Amino acid sequence: MGLFIAQLLTGLANAGALFMVASGLSLIFGVTRIVNFAHGSFYMLGAYIGYTLMQVLPGAVGFWGAILLAGIAVGLIGMLVEILVLRPVYRAPELFQLVATFGVILVVQDLALMIWGPDDLLGPRAPGLKGVVRIMGEPIPKYDIALLVITPFVALGLWYLITKTRVGILVRAATQDREMVGALGVNQAWLFTGVFALGCGLAGLGGALQLPKGGADLLMDFNILTAVFVVVVIGGMGSLPGAYLAAVIISVLNVFGVTYLPQSTLVLMFVVMVLVLMIRPYGLFGREEVAGEHGQVGEPERPIKPAGLQVRLLVGAGVAALASLPLIGSNFTQVLATDILIFCLFAASLHFLLGLGGLVSFGHAAYFGGGAYVSALLMMHVNTPMELAFMLAPIGAGMAALIIGWVCLRLTGVYFAMLTLAFAQLLWSLVFQWGEFTGGDDGILGIWPADWLSGTTTYYYFALVLSVGGILFLRHVAHSPFGYALRAARDSERQAEATGINTRRVRMLAFAFAGMMAGLAGGLFVFSKGSVFPNELEIARSFDALIVVFLGGVKTLSGGIVGGAFFKGVEDVLTRYEYWRLAMGLLIIFVVIVAPDGIVGTLRKAAERFGLSRKAEDEA
Amino acid sequence: MLELSAVNSFYGKAHVLNDLSFTVARGQVVALLGRNGAGKTTTMKSIMQLVTPRSGKVTFQGRDITGLATHKVAKLGLGYVPEERRIFTDLTVLENLEVGRQPARDGSYTWTTEMLFDLFPNLAERRGNRGKALSGGEQQMLTIARTLMGNPSFVLLDEPSEGIAPVIVEQMARVIIQLKQEGLTVLLSEQNLHFARAVADMAVIIEGGTQKFTGTLQELNDHPEIRDAYLSV
Repeated sequence: MGLFIAQLLTGLANAGALFMVASGLSLIFGVTRIVNFAHGSFYMLGAYIGYTLMQVLPGAVGFWGAILLAGIAVGLIGMLVEILVLRPVYRAPELFQLVATFGVILVVQDLALMIWGPDDLLGPRAPGLKGVVRIMGEPIPKYDIALLVITPFVALGLWYLITKTRVGILVRAATQDREMVGALGVNQAWLFTGVFALGCGLAGLGGALQLPKGGADLLMDFNILTAVFVVVVIGGMGSLPGAYLAAVIISVLNVFGVTYLPQSTLVLMFVVMVLVLMIRPYGLFGREEVAGEHGQVGEPERPIKPAGLQVRLLVGAGVAALASLPLIGSNFTQVLATDILIFCLFAASLHFLLGLGGLVSFGHAAYFGGGAYVSALLMMHVNTPMELAFMLAPIGAGMAALIIGWVCLRLTGVYFAMLTLAFAQLLWSLVFQWGEFTGGDDGILGIWPADWLSGTTTYYYFALVLSVGGILFLRHVAHSPFGYALRAARDSERQAEATGINTRRVRMLAFAFAGMMAGLAGGLFVFSKGSVFPNELEIARSFDALIVVFLGGVKTLSGGIVGGAFFKGVEDVLTRYEYWRLAMGLLIIFVVIVAPDGIVGTLRKAAERFGLSRKAEDEA
Repeated sequence: MLELSAVNSFYGKAHVLNDLSFTVARGQVVALLGRNGAGKTTTMKSIMQLVTPRSGKVTFQGRDITGLATHKVAKLGLGYVPEERRIFTDLTVLENLEVGRQPARDGSYTWTTEMLFDLFPNLAERRGNRGKALSGGEQQMLTIARTLMGNPSFVLLDEPSEGIAPVIVEQMARVIIQLKQEGLTVLLSEQNLHFARAVADMAVIIEGGTQKFTGTLQELNDHPEIRDAYLSV
């Protein structure tokens, strides 16, 4: 019983920092509709800044003052980010801001590395709270008790701010109809900035508060991000009580999990999330999303058209150039080209889902990595011939996508995106924690292609044929009646239903098809590298694909491919430098601000302006 | 007080307002008349700068407000009551009014919540209710009350009689007349003449974004053929 109570208390104490970070994210999303991927970075900054301040400021006043100041400092940094990075892209297509926040993650990572160095920092203990108290014979750190007391006050303060003050009323009004709030004389731009700064400040506060428990390191941004997303989704986007309850549930569950089921702590979190969302699709306290009614108004989608003679010739020339690459390029060039081709296929499969289906998946890596793992596991455990193992990669990934899609497609918008992320993370944590079967963190090695395919050049041609074939197949489907139905469901679900299209079924098939093509890319990947590691299933991999699709241009058919080639090419050049993340992050932010239509979209607009290409409306 | 000169507004490529020019003098109630899709709402939005006119000028109290941010337009004393009501359904009646509250302005009437509850007694009973619990008519009253909380000197009313019960329409007409007596200037849009006749001094008729008639309601009464050509019966 004593142990039980002690663990409960530890869980509640851990919930403190988690709640602060999650409530900040929830608040930002509620008002600005921005899913702030960089939220973990603000948490990390809070920890680092708090650490530095604690070195300078003496005593107990210094300790608590440092925590408060860290929160304020991170809030100010958040304000700067909002003004410089997000303001220019509010008018861009929905979710485009995601990419900008991803750029911020990269920049913050390298800045933290530059300023605080690569070593983990051990957080100082709180003055006066160094020992433990015994509750029913079990030791509980005094600092945990302090956290237990502080968190409800922060939560109450936030609740008061949101429900009782004028600012809170304006914030809630803006959540619903920002344009109307502006028409009533409120400068909503500053309201947005304020909310973003507050949300970031909360994340910073959380980061500084957990210093005595966890210290500061360079991985904490991504580490907290998943937990925070889970908390916000379980609690319901935009709900403060929901965020608190969910933070408590997850933290307590985690503490008990570590004791009783140490192998499955990560899996447990996602299982709970999936269960909650299946029963209450919008979280415990969330309400159904009716986003976009008076929110962002983008340009209407352009119709896509089959490639004309010019484009066909261009593509033909491109493929011919790729085919002749081994004649001129070195081994290294061929390996790089193989990587790029595989990545383009992966990106094109996500683009199919996102651009044509309007389905934003945050967890597309599940099918890429899933396909790779299907092949690798078959080879390792049952000695399957390479050819068969390879063919089963897309099939296995497609089947996984069919099942996951069946669950996720009950939801729409951000909730759909979050649920796809949860499933991807579930898969990742399974692979990561089930070491005996999957090799865990060590991955699976020695997965080489059959002899007839083993040369670099041979495999390059193999990858070329299958990636280009896969991409052309995706394109072909886009122009088939199925593609029309998918786009109809994207543009107007009701209208499509009324026309006799079973939108749910169409989307499910599209999800499975995209998963299958990602699995094909994964299969190509594993045999080109000879190994696979859990990071092929990670959030970061899913984000890579998302960035590429957005950078290339969501509303253009070739966006995924152009973005993929651009991204991989740039990455290859930049990763040779120490601070490549900083450069990459700034580049991403730059592209987002300068070319909100993506690379292809912007080139097309430029071409239209200079009269090189006809405008869509002029053709009838 | 408000002047539109040769205003042209677009939605993308669609040319919605074509060289619109009219003036609303201080203390007047002007009715902007026209059928569905004539461009009435776009005119309102072009005044509020929710739609920025591509050419032409909107002047308010002698100041050019074309291209100004919407919240700044509102701060100058222009109150906007949109067509689809757009109250904040998750907020209570009192909170809705709070969103609209602006400091008192020189030369305009200063409203308090209690004065507004006198003007709209139905709302007084429901002050603690959330917006979504209100009836259509109550929501319409709340939008007007919310805008008045900003102490505007000029109110834009987009189809105030649209989709509400006749008894409430009558109440609405009384309110507008009362506002006029308090010294407010009003531009309201309507599809039919009936409501406009009860409250307006002047009428502007538009059709397909082009101005077809500008004059007093008396003149409009004397020329039934204009009414028949451009308005629903």
